[in-house]
Amino acid sequence: MAVTGLLLIGFLLMHMFGNFKMLIPDDGKEFNEYSHWLREFGYPALPHKLFLWIFRIVLLSAAVLHIWSAAKLRLRANANAGGKRYRSQKFMEKSYAARTMIWGGILILLFVIIHILQYTAEVLRFGYDNPDRSLAPFDRVLAGFSEWWVVLFYAIAMVAVCMHVLHGFWSAFATLGANASAGARKVLKTLAWIAAALLYVGFMIPPVLILFGVIGR
Amino acid sequence: MKVTLRIWRQANANSTGQLVTYPLDGVSEDMSFLEMLDMLNEILTERNEEPVAFDHDCREGICGMCGVVINGVAHGGQHTTTCQLHMRSFSDGAIIDIEPWKAGAFPVIKDLVVDRTAFDRIIQAGGYISANTGSAPDAHATPAPKREADIAFDNATCIGCGACVAACPNGSAMLFTSAKITHLAMLPQGQPERYSRVKSMVAQHDAEGFGGCTNIGECSQVCPKGIPLESISQLNRDLVKSLFKGDGKAS
Repeated sequence: MAVTGLLLIGFLLMHMFGNFKMLIPDDGKEFNEYSHWLREFGYPALPHKLFLWIFRIVLLSAAVLHIWSAAKLRLRANANAGGKRYRSQKFMEKSYAARTMIWGGILILLFVIIHILQYTAEVLRFGYDNPDRSLAPFDRVLAGFSEWWVVLFYAIAMVAVCMHVLHGFWSAFATLGANASAGARKVLKTLAWIAAALLYVGFMIPPVLILFGVIGR
Repeated sequence: MKVTLRIWRQANANSTGQLVTYPLDGVSEDMSFLEMLDMLNEILTERNEEPVAFDHDCREGICGMCGVVINGVAHGGQHTTTCQLHMRSFSDGAIIDIEPWKAGAFPVIKDLVVDRTAFDRIIQAGGYISANTGSAPDAHATPAPKREADIAFDNATCIGCGACVAACPNGSAMLFTSAKITHLAMLPQGQPERYSRVKSMVAQHDAEGFGGCTNIGECSQVCPKGIPLESISQLNRDLVKSLFKGDGKAS
């Protein structure tokens, strides 16, 4: 759970950083090149898309193992403490994000599926209709985020992602043994806040700027 | 003061329980929570009704026998045991819900009494040191560093009441298990069996059907002894290290 979770957070940070290439005012040249480079990384030493597929398989395995651990934890929790336990249980810790990890996780899974269908598989073509897959990545992003409801959907989905990171980041380090003192816990929880806030702001900058016409058009 | 109690009544492990309402008048705010229950039981006995069964022993907050969920919080949320909770913590006319610890691994025996022998089996799995008997060694024969001795003592204060399990949304007993692990791992006497202990106790914890820890932190908040969440990280560090040790589980 912890190791795969941190791996996925690491991916999110890379993904966010890659998105910032949208901000370069060159009509998406750099962004498109970056997108192409991801597919050709290591070429000609490696065959076309080999690195990409290794990357995808590692990410997918991390996600599958993460979900498998979550299911196991959930089943054990349900067996020992499932159903309605107390007439009205009061929680003493500020633990909303922690207690709703499973629901946040399910929302994120659905979101990731839609996200991949939209931008990788091009099955969902929000804001454009060009079934021959000829539109450049930069233009596809522009098209999608020119629709207000797409931006709104992403804004809501990112809340789920960042709530998940808010607890997951510190919890992963605690599971790996880093919660060594009250001071360490404070540092980890602060870092979790920073990571969650950074991811939210970082991921929402390009869509919002596109919606308000700062990027493109 | 006057209170309205809604108490979980359950005849035995196999029957289904329910909350039963008991109005109680003439409660002194100097009474402990258990004394208030004693008062109710006297009245019930006089009326030829079955008194409410609840666990208690020392009533000084050090034995770990008592413990009920009060208004949805294990031990009532005053960072102490139920016996050390006093009626002055409640307002006159309060409605007080009293329920037993609820967890699959802690089956209800009767009313507010639950079976916590799962904790005993976790201790039996390794929560001890093997020492040959003989005359007691001199206290200064085995020096322990101050910092480690303090951590060991803080964790040794765990009285095994089970509030951590009752409060944990996952029904995990990791705070209990980690308190025992940390207590012994900090001291020289605990070193020889340190890594087999952590493997065995965690395996027994899981075999008892307790849930896994997801670092929510409710356990530490209700712990009457203030066992910190750091103890669970100590357990995790020892568990990871144990993977690189040849020690199997304790037999």
